[in-house]
Amino acid sequence: MPSLLHALQTTIGRKILTGITGIFLTLFLVVHLAGNFSLFSSNPEAFNAYTEFLHSLGTLLYLVEIILVIVFLLHAYIGISIWLRKRKARPENYSVYKTSGEPSRQTIASRTMAITGVVILVFTIVHLFTFKWGPGIAEGYVTYIDGQEVRDLKRLVNDIFQNEFYVIGYTAVMILIGFHLRHGIWSSMQSLGAMSPKLSPVIYTIGGLIALALAVGFLFVPIWIYITGGV
Amino acid sequence: MSSEKMKLTLRVWKQKDGASKGRFENYVLEDANPHMSFLEMLDHLNEKLMKEKKEPIEFDHDCREGICGSCNLMINGIAHGPQQKTAACQLHMRHFKDGDLITIEPWRATAFPIIKDLVVNRYALDRIMAAGGYVSVGTNSAPDANAIPIKKRDADLAMDFATCIGCGACVAACPNASASLFTGAKIAQFSLLPQGGPERKRRVVNMVDQMEKEGFGDCSNYAECEAVCPVGISIDAIARMRREYMGAMKG
Ligand code: HEM
Ligand code: SF4
Ligand code: FES
Repeated sequence: MPSLLHALQTTIGRKILTGITGIFLTLFLVVHLAGNFSLFSSNPEAFNAYTEFLHSLGTLLYLVEIILVIVFLLHAYIGISIWLRKRKARPENYSVYKTSGEPSRQTIASRTMAITGVVILVFTIVHLFTFKWGPGIAEGYVTYIDGQEVRDLKRLVNDIFQNEFYVIGYTAVMILIGFHLRHGIWSSMQSLGAMSPKLSPVIYTIGGLIALALAVGFLFVPIWIYITGGV
Repeated sequence: MSSEKMKLTLRVWKQKDGASKGRFENYVLEDANPHMSFLEMLDHLNEKLMKEKKEPIEFDHDCREGICGSCNLMINGIAHGPQQKTAACQLHMRHFKDGDLITIEPWRATAFPIIKDLVVNRYALDRIMAAGGYVSVGTNSAPDANAIPIKKRDADLAMDFATCIGCGACVAACPNASASLFTGAKIAQFSLLPQGGPERKRRVVNMVDQMEKEGFGDCSNYAECEAVCPVGISIDAIARMRREYMGAMKG
């Protein structure tokens, strides 16, 4: 029996790791989106109360954040190394190359996983600087919940998405995330061996629908705020 | 017959040997016809070239009926050409049109070094087999037929995976040059049969290691392999290989 360390360095191990980390990140996106939709709650302070609740978790939040960062970087590292390995396995490309069509899953989405992935990586850094490490109480983004002074992240979100550059940029990136997940969700199931010929087309369709729902869900917020002037 | 004459321009990869640099060469064939198989069309061209005292095009072939897996040709960018579930030797010229330009390239992968022109060395696949693609059985006398009961469903499925002819089209068509479909088919076949039991865990571990050593790429689940496979092996084989590996880890 191989050691776990050896197994994880084989082509099977790399795929199992991309699969598990990919699913983990997708689940994170689902939770993140649910949080975003509290912006539309009938309670105007729901969003700020939610972010305040996360911060009140203290150490637990740090722990989750550290796990997220590790998973994210591991996923990106393996994804890019798979892509680099390809260049070694076929240094000379075909002069003419075409897909044979169905049942191939070779699509724009699957062929651009590394590109959409790198865009997600860069976007995530910008996104964190905009919101997580963006202006807070000291810069006047203050509100009061039950008499307590908290950061008014909701107003920051509303302010940021008055700027069309942010709105266009976010929309574009969310579409690319949709592409990443269009192939990614189905692919992660195949990577984990959780697949059969009957199940495969079903999961491919469901994966596409989840990808579409996440992309539309995320890009809805900035566009809505821009059009309506704020929530 | 004469009315069915096809004029073709063939853009073929020529390479003296593994160490030399290759290049494309154009050949015009005035009198191909739709009833020829793709390999007969190449034979016809080679006969002409030899009559003209020119060097013929080297390509690999043996059975010419889709069972030996030697006719590895990348035809217009698709392994084994435009017709699915068809080896290049079973492809007929009726799938092309008069006046077509056809590009023919060898399989391209680090693990498949070019020997000459369109012929590549596919020993890497044999070495993957040698690493675990066998079963240990007594060979002194033939065992009774049906001595080991096997479910019909499992036997059929194992047979489906066993139809792999080892052509390497899956590697050739894979954007990553991965050999996962070939290796998966072999592992899946044995995993379904009691005869594969004794070496079950060792087999998947060693074959996967060998695949790595030969310099094949990783699988990104493009499923292009299934689309070009002349016998239609499903990527279910790859999912099964991954499950087998996880099973081997459990000890
Ligand atoms: C929100 C963040 C992300 C999510 C939800 C996500 C999701 C996924 C999923 C589900 C898969 C399929 C896994 C598999 O094939 O087994 C995948 C694959 C991939 N991801 Fe991501 N990903 C994210 C970020 C990134 C980043 C930052 C990069 C790179 C910089 C990246 C690069 C890749 C690559 C290259 C693959 C394909 C791996 C292969 O070819 O086998 N991803 N991703
Ligand atoms: S799996 Fe299909 S394409 Fe790959 S070697 Fe076997 S027969 Fe050829
Ligand atoms: S020549 Fe044997 S499979 Fe084509």
